[in-house]
Amino acid sequence: MKSRVIVITSGKGGVGKTTTTANLGTALAMMGKKVVMIDTDIGLRNLDVVMGLENRIVFDIVDAVNGHCKLKQALIKDKRFDGLYLLPAAQTKDKTAVSPHQMKNMTNELRKDFDFILVDCPAGIEQGFKNAIAGADKAVVVATPEVSSVRDADRIIGLLEAAGLTETKLIINRIRSKMVKRGDMMDISDINDILAIELLGVVPEDEAIVVSTNRGEPAVLENISRAGAAYRRIARRLNGEEVPMYSLDDPENIMDKFKKMLKLAR
Amino acid sequence: MLDVLSRIFSRESVPSKDIARERLRLVLVHDRASVSPEFLNSLKEDLIKVIRDYLDIDEEALQVNLENEENSIALIANIPVKGFKRKVNGTAST
Repeated sequence: MKSRVIVITSGKGGVGKTTTTANLGTALAMMGKKVVMIDTDIGLRNLDVVMGLENRIVFDIVDAVNGHCKLKQALIKDKRFDGLYLLPAAQTKDKTAVSPHQMKNMTNELRKDFDFILVDCPAGIEQGFKNAIAGADKAVVVATPEVSSVRDADRIIGLLEAAGLTETKLIINRIRSKMVKRGDMMDISDINDILAIELLGVVPEDEAIVVSTNRGEPAVLENISRAGAAYRRIARRLNGEEVPMYSLDDPENIMDKFKKMLKLAR
Repeated sequence: MLDVLSRIFSRESVPSKDIARERLRLVLVHDRASVSPEFLNSLKEDLIKVIRDYLDIDEEALQVNLENEENSIALIANIPVKGFKRKVNGTAST
């Protein structure tokens, strides 16, 4: 299989880029793929703690880029899956410590050994963003159903297009079906109409994400997590499988349907 | 007081997601235009090309901008006219 470099970006901070990267990376590794996740948020690294690998860091992306170590030495092997690796961001340097050109060379080198190279992009549209997208074949934009997030996503889609990344796909994160039903949250079609890019998946708001981040265990490892299940489906779509969209109906709504059926029967 | 009341009523009658969608639609017209500054410039150049055949205009002073009205966005062009052409070039030649 031809390896793919996919950047996960959003413009706005706090919408779930790192959570998405950790879960998609883990889900792809569960499917037997060889995956490396790159944290490009230099100075504010977090993918390591979300993955529960923070104690294993010896070298980081800046060390690898500047030749202080070999690229392979900077890769941290995941504790759960053989094919899963993390390249952590540097915590003490700033974003100018890496150039887009260096990023491109590095991702190209990683293509030799990995099926998927997932790049976790920092918030913003400055150097960190330019670095993150430099070596990418494709981009995934994460947006939450809020005005500020959708606005920033639109801006990012424009910047990605300007950089030649035209096949950008959208993940709508943290959607709350109850709020959508009472008209207090934009729904999937509202956001789709505005952004007009292909939908890759929808992830429901899920408290299990907080718990899994507390533990450093991605939610895709939990069978009961609804967000985890959504991420597993998205991972399959990334791998080229046709998977129906995640249903927004939570158990309560299935109960509503059941009640309706009873009423009809009466 | 009326304002407060109408706000309470409007909040109840219009779902907030519709307000969100409408506000986004307006703000994105501006955002998309400003992401590519060449958009307004090339529009300006094309406008000059068309108007030049009909009117003698001050090309340097010509201004084209997107402006926010209450619920819509308007393309406002300010085009100082120096004089009228005696003949319309396009039709005179054919």
